[in-house]
Amino acid sequence: MMRGLESTGRWAREGVESLGFATRAFFNLLRYSPGAFRRPTLITEQVHFIGNYSLVITIVSGLFVGLVLGLQFYVNLIQFGAEEKLGPLTALSLVRELGPVVTALLFAGRAGTSLTAEIGLMKAGEQLTAMEMMAVNPVQRVLAPRFWGGVIAMPILATVFSAVGIIGSYLVGVKLLGLDEGAFWSQMQAGVDVNRDVLSSVIKSFVFGIAVTFTALFQGYHVKPTPADVARATTRTVVIASLLVLGLDFVMTALMFGQ
Amino acid sequence: MSNLVEIRDLHFSYGERSILSNLRMDFPRGKLIAVMGGSGCGKTTVLRLIGGQIRPQRGQVRVNGEVVNELNTAGLYRLRRRMGMLFQFGALFTDLSIFDNVAFPLREHTDLPEELIRDLVLMKLNAVGLRNAHRLKPGEISGGMARRVAVARAIALDPELIMYDEPFAGLDPISMGVTANLIRNLNDALGSTSILVSHDVNETFAIADYVYFMSAGKIVAEGTPAELRVSQDPYVKQFVNAEPDGPVPFHYPGKSLSDDLGLGGKR
Repeated sequence: MMRGLESTGRWAREGVESLGFATRAFFNLLRYSPGAFRRPTLITEQVHFIGNYSLVITIVSGLFVGLVLGLQFYVNLIQFGAEEKLGPLTALSLVRELGPVVTALLFAGRAGTSLTAEIGLMKAGEQLTAMEMMAVNPVQRVLAPRFWGGVIAMPILATVFSAVGIIGSYLVGVKLLGLDEGAFWSQMQAGVDVNRDVLSSVIKSFVFGIAVTFTALFQGYHVKPTPADVARATTRTVVIASLLVLGLDFVMTALMFGQ
Repeated sequence: MSNLVEIRDLHFSYGERSILSNLRMDFPRGKLIAVMGGSGCGKTTVLRLIGGQIRPQRGQVRVNGEVVNELNTAGLYRLRRRMGMLFQFGALFTDLSIFDNVAFPLREHTDLPEELIRDLVLMKLNAVGLRNAHRLKPGEISGGMARRVAVARAIALDPELIMYDEPFAGLDPISMGVTANLIRNLNDALGSTSILVSHDVNETFAIADYVYFMSAGKIVAEGTPAELRVSQDPYVKQFVNAEPDGPVPFHYPGKSLSDDLGLGGKR
């Protein structure tokens, strides 16, 4: 009984400590961000690299998700004679939910793990210590540009995912199953609201970008510099970032669309 | 002659484990001072304390009159701009070319035009014999060459103090000799002060002006290489002559072999 209480207490204390440590690290990152913004090429380089990491997988996944959504929605909607609603239904599913969430999960698996491994190996190879000894702050020079690169790349990737998904649904619904093209696009235009749907999608992607990129950088920067720990940190990045994305998605959906 | 670096009454420990105790060292300007000793004796910790990477529990590290362990982050960074450090395995940035590695401190700390940076980098690389390798990546060069690139990067801003952490570790005899001469020549050409942490006796004695011997976090002997070669101190003798047994025991302390094999009989 006492042992159980002890271990629960220790677990709770360590959890709170880790959370506090991560919060401090996050504010430290924000503190040194203006220095990174003074050299915008560092950030644009990272948008390019980090965006490129995930672009192909985002496009391919978006296309297949769109193809599946188009097929599933069409075969169900046609039973009620409502197949012309395929356009808005696909667009809303992608823009509101699947675009930001699936992109963030793919981003965590592709770019997130790369970032953790990159920073972890830089630490293991004493590159970050060397930078500090050259009077260069690694948080400002290495972490902040990657953080903002990831935060900026995420909404762009989510937009690409949704756009390609809509094209996938169009290919199945219109080109393969014969739905009227005009009905598909006009219903979509009428059913999707820029402020309510598109803006909320961008906000979600932005928040997911912060969560995933910070998790990846934090795990890499605070890793013990051994190969085994770098490997464990990359796994932790995927697990923590994915759970954060799903949890934050529920909270934001409730706030944005809850009655 | 004034000292660039002074260490007084220095104590450092990781938790309960004492690493350095009651350390007193002087590093005069313009000299090449070696810190020698076996693995784990605290040599690298001394460098980390001088660079302000860690803080001692007691005592002072003074660099150019400033107490390093009392400086805040901004003060430390200001001081480090006048230091160069060579890490044991070079710590080159693997995603940058050799040229960009050496240019890194110049680009970070100066507003020099790119043409001037190019000339300075090529001059630094020329000093270490690698001007023609400037387009290569760190992964495309040998360990000895990587060490020399790291030296070029360490001297990019013409520092007053250059610290070398095990610069000869893992090098073949030719690279070792080249690196040793380079360290001595750079010290004299730049007029800087050098601290060389090493356990390679021949190379270090060939280039150092003065040597501190450390064991278990304490200075056990000091003097010029000539004095230490004829020293009768048991530790120095064992170290310089590479004797397997002596004050540093061959066997890890513990039970005797006969006890372990049960040959001692019942008591």
